[in-house]
Amino acid sequence: MANELMCTCRKHLPSGFKLHASLHVPLDQAHVTVLFGPSGSGKSTLLRLLAGLDRPDEGSIQFRDETWFDSARGITVEPQQRRAGFLFQDYALFPHLSVQRNVEFGARHPGKAAEWLTRLGLTELRSRLPRSISGGEQQRVALARALAAEPALLLLDEPLSALDAATRTRLRHALRRELVEGGVPSIIVTHDRIEALALGDWMVVLIDGRVRQIGPLEEVFRHPADVAVAEAVGVENVLAGEIVARERGLATVQVGATHIECVDPGKTGPVFACIRAEEVTLAPESTAASSARNRLAGRIRSVVRESALARVELDCGFPLVAVVTAQSAAELHLQPEDSVYAMVKATSVHILAR
Amino acid sequence: MDWQALWLSLRLATLTTAILLIVGTPLAYWLTYSPRRWKFLVEAVVALPLVLPPTVLGFYVLLAIGPRSPVGALYGVLTGGGLLPFSFEGLLAASVLYSLPFTVQPMAGAFASVDRKLVEASWCLGISRVSTFRRIVAPLSVPGIATGAILSFAHTLGEFGVVLMVGGNIAGVTRTVSISIYDQVQALDYRAATETSLLLLAVSFVVLAVTYALQRRVWALWPTS
Repeated sequence: MANELMCTCRKHLPSGFKLHASLHVPLDQAHVTVLFGPSGSGKSTLLRLLAGLDRPDEGSIQFRDETWFDSARGITVEPQQRRAGFLFQDYALFPHLSVQRNVEFGARHPGKAAEWLTRLGLTELRSRLPRSISGGEQQRVALARALAAEPALLLLDEPLSALDAATRTRLRHALRRELVEGGVPSIIVTHDRIEALALGDWMVVLIDGRVRQIGPLEEVFRHPADVAVAEAVGVENVLAGEIVARERGLATVQVGATHIECVDPGKTGPVFACIRAEEVTLAPESTAASSARNRLAGRIRSVVRESALARVELDCGFPLVAVVTAQSAAELHLQPEDSVYAMVKATSVHILAR
Repeated sequence: MDWQALWLSLRLATLTTAILLIVGTPLAYWLTYSPRRWKFLVEAVVALPLVLPPTVLGFYVLLAIGPRSPVGALYGVLTGGGLLPFSFEGLLAASVLYSLPFTVQPMAGAFASVDRKLVEASWCLGISRVSTFRRIVAPLSVPGIATGAILSFAHTLGEFGVVLMVGGNIAGVTRTVSISIYDQVQALDYRAATETSLLLLAVSFVVLAVTYALQRRVWALWPTS
C-alpha cells in the first residue's frame, strides 16, 4: 500500500475559472501539507474536490489504495465513504447542538468524542452552544469534531483566518502540535506565508489553478521553481535550527555549526529562523563597522541577475540567498567562488517555533 | 351552530396537514437541493393552486378521481366498489392538492436557509444524507415546517370551491363548515351563519398570528446562529 495521495483533476467553474491541478503527496514525509497560493488560485476548490463535496470534470483521485474518483472508470466515492474530515473556514458548527453533541456527532465510538474533548481542553465547555464560545474555542471544537470521527485524512480550509490577529498567532503553534499529535495526515489551505511556515512540513504551491511546485517546505522557500512561485512565497531563507542561548533580549540560534543572533522570541527549542533575502547585505570584508549583529563568512555559489536585482546564493555552512541591486553586485565584482561576508541584523531574523 | 360540519372540517384539516407533512417534506427537499434544470416546472405545478380558481382545480380533480379514471378505477378495485367523488376520501385527496403550496413553499424556504456548509460538514463526518436531514436540516427548519403545517391546516379549514365541486354537500360526509355557512345564509338563518363565521374568523386570526410569531421567532423555538 503506497502511503500517498495522488490527484489529477480538471474543473471548470461557472465563473470561468479553470483548475487543472496535478499533485502527489507522500504522506509518510508530509504529516502536514500546506496548500499555498494567492487568493483566487483555486486552493479551496481543490480541497472541496478532495473531500468529495464537488466533482471534478475529469481526472482521478487516489488515496492510499482507495480510488476516490476516476472519470475514466466512472468511479465517484461519496464524501461519507471517503472519511476525509473537513474543517470549514468558519468552522460550520451545528448551532442547535452543544459542544459535546457537536463532537459526538460523527464519532464512531463514544470514547473517541470524550477523548478529544479532553485532549483539546473542551471539557468545561461541553454543555455550551457554539455561538456562546470564542472563535478560538470554536476552532478547537471543529477540530475535535473532525478528529472524533477518526478520519483517514484531514482537510483544513484556512483554519485560522476567522480569528483575530492575536488569537491567530497564539493558536498557530498549538494547531500544528494538535495535528501532529492527532496522527492524521492533514492538508491545510492558506495564503499566509507565515502560517504556511508555522504549520507545514510539505508544501504545494498553487497559482492560477495549477500546481507550480511541490516539495519539502524549506526546499520550496529556498529554491522557488520559477518567478511566479518566488513572488508568491516571497524570497526567503528558512533555516532549521535550535535556540541554544537567551541573554539580555537576544537569543542565539544554532544553524548547523553557525550561531545566528536574533531578538529573543521568549522560548527555546527547535525553530525556523527566517531571513528575507532582501535583508541580507553583502560586504567583501568584515572590517567595516556595522550595526548588524550577524556577520557570516561565506562563499558565493552563484550570481543570477534579474532585471535591476541580482540574486546571490551563498554557502555559509548552510545555503543563504541574498538579493542585492545589480549595481552593487557589479561594484563589488561578485563572482562565484569569491569569499564574502553576509550581514544580517538581529531584528531581521524572524523566529517561528516548531 | 353546525357542530357536525365543524368536526368534519377539523378532521379534514388535520388529516390533510398530516399527509402534506409526509408528502411535502421530500418534495420540498428535492426542490431545494436538486441540481436539475427543469425543476422550475415542478415548482410551477406545485404553486398552481395559489392562482387557479378553486372551481377549476375541483373540476379536474373530479375528472381525475371519477370511476372511469385510472385513479378512481384503482380505488374501486381496492375498496370493493368504493367511489371517490362525493366521499370524504375524495375530498381529502382534493384538499391535499389544493394546500400543497402552503406546505411546500415555507418548508423549501426553510431548508434553503440552512447553511449549506452545515450539511456538507455532516456528510464529511460520515453521516448519510437522510440522517443529515433528520439531525441537521429538520431541527434547524422547525419554524418553516411549523409555518407550512399551520397554513395548510387553516387553508383546508376554510376551503369552499374545491369542496363543492368534489364533495358536494352531504351532511357528515362532505359538508364542511364553510359549506354549512353557505347553507345557513341560503336558509336565511343569519344568526347561525354569524356564529359560525365568527368562529372561523377567530380561528384564522389565531392561526396567522401564531404563524407570524413563529417567523419572527418571538419564542425562539430553536437557537440559530
